Amino acid sequence: MSARGIADVAKRPRWPVLNWTWLLPLLAATLFGAAPAVWAQDVLPVPPLSGRIIDQTGTLDDTQRLALEQKLATLETQTGSQVVILLVATTAPEDIAAYAQRIADQWKIGRRTVGDGLLIVSAQGDRRIRIEVAKTLEGAIPDLVAKQIIDQQITPAFRKGDFAGGLNSAVDAIAARVRGEALPTGASDKNVGNDILGSMNSDLVVPLGFFFLIAVPLIGRFLSAAIGRVLGSLVTASVLGGIGWFVTGSVMAAVAAAILAIVLVGVLGFDMGGGRGLRRGRSGASAPIIWGGGGGGSWGGDSGSSGGGFSSGGGGDFGGGGSSGSW
Amino acid sequence: MIRRFWLVLMLLAAAALAGCGYNDFQRLDEEVKAAWSEVLNQYQRRADLIPNIVATVKGEANFEQETLTKVIEARAKATSIQATPELVNDPAAFSKFQQAQGELSSALSRLLVVSEQYPNLKANQGFQDLRVQLEGTENRITVARNRFIKAITSYNVLVRSFPSNLTAMVLSYELKPTFAVQNEAQISTPPKVDFGKPASK
Repeated sequence: MSARGIADVAKRPRWPVLNWTWLLPLLAATLFGAAPAVWAQDVLPVPPLSGRIIDQTGTLDDTQRLALEQKLATLETQTGSQVVILLVATTAPEDIAAYAQRIADQWKIGRRTVGDGLLIVSAQGDRRIRIEVAKTLEGAIPDLVAKQIIDQQITPAFRKGDFAGGLNSAVDAIAARVRGEALPTGASDKNVGNDILGSMNSDLVVPLGFFFLIAVPLIGRFLSAAIGRVLGSLVTASVLGGIGWFVTGSVMAAVAAAILAIVLVGVLGFDMGGGRGLRRGRSGASAPIIWGGGGGGSWGGDSGSSGGGFSSGGGGDFGGGGSSGSW
Repeated sequence: MIRRFWLVLMLLAAAALAGCGYNDFQRLDEEVKAAWSEVLNQYQRRADLIPNIVATVKGEANFEQETLTKVIEARAKATSIQATPELVNDPAAFSKFQQAQGELSSALSRLLVVSEQYPNLKANQGFQDLRVQLEGTENRITVARNRFIKAITSYNVLVRSFPSNLTAMVLSYELKPTFAVQNEAQISTPPKVDFGKPASK
């Protein structure tokens, strides 16, 4: 296509084209958009993991809570294992095993690479307690030991109303067991990956690389020629974002792809034919392709960790191990 | 120029194949297999526990023989079915396996209920330990079954939804069977509670 031809195309009335193209992402969203299924459940929602001790009932006073928290923090610095205590009023309509499993499955307490987590759930109103053990710790704390801890440390104290004391000695028993287990040592490795990387496994990087190598130049060139550089880059960005979303299923990856496309097409002039003829475009084509490929592969940049405070390592796999009891 | 065109086309085709869910099918298929293996694993753990429980209960004189025999028979029936990963792709064998395991579950829970009536058993630490282990195993079975159902669901959704259903059609990937409740009619009728008459036994 000659330069004049491209210029003619660019002079066409823009609004019809614009209206139609802006519909594209919407259309893509309706066609491919699998909105996360919303479960109509009557069960209790999973509380946010706000600390090592989550006391919804006000059973523990501040000094007791701080002492317990300190103990759990020490355990984590020494062994890396994460222990969380959750006190709720009731687990109804579920039984405590199902509730604790659901919570543990969501929180995934335990180092990402080791998965050593443990969750104690106590339903004060139901007078039921459960120790939920992640698979990594099932060797250190098998069901029988969990039951023993409940029977010997927790239940006698709880019957007397000494909740802090019961939890304290239970944590001591658990800590002794965990220390006896040969787990990988070291601080928790919670900043290993971030969400974008976590949702993007390695076999997605290759197709994404293809998209940046091919889709960006093709679509970007065509659209820039048709509707101008700014609009062209925006539309390319939304189309590419849609494709990225469709392939990876991750909104974050899609947004990143779209931004990258805007940068490539709009700012860096990666349209190869913006009305000045092919010569300049051709010479400019090689460098951005490298950027594009690099863009696809270089998302491995590290992300800052949240720093202070407690957060789940995200590696705990809870398969239903542990035991329940009542007082 | 033409050569470059073909190169671009091939790369696009590769990307399109990835976009049509071929890789997703492979990944989810493996996930289903892994989830199913875990279910089998936990059922096996239960089957291994039962001989110990039976032996302990047998030590109790005059224990209800019928309950005990039922557990032994149900276990024999459940373990006689060859449980392989390929079972997932065979709906008939799958439902047979599931039924056998369901019978074993109800026989076991009956045994545990009956054992409550024997003070010696309740005081027997060995039996209580076995109970804890059995309870833990049942929990693990529940979790494993749940995860299996989830894995099957995402696989089946991929088979049925556009555009991956086209890929499934071309490569003849079919829906996989999942767990269903055996006695649906029975549990959906509310139980009759009658306090009027004295309990007959």
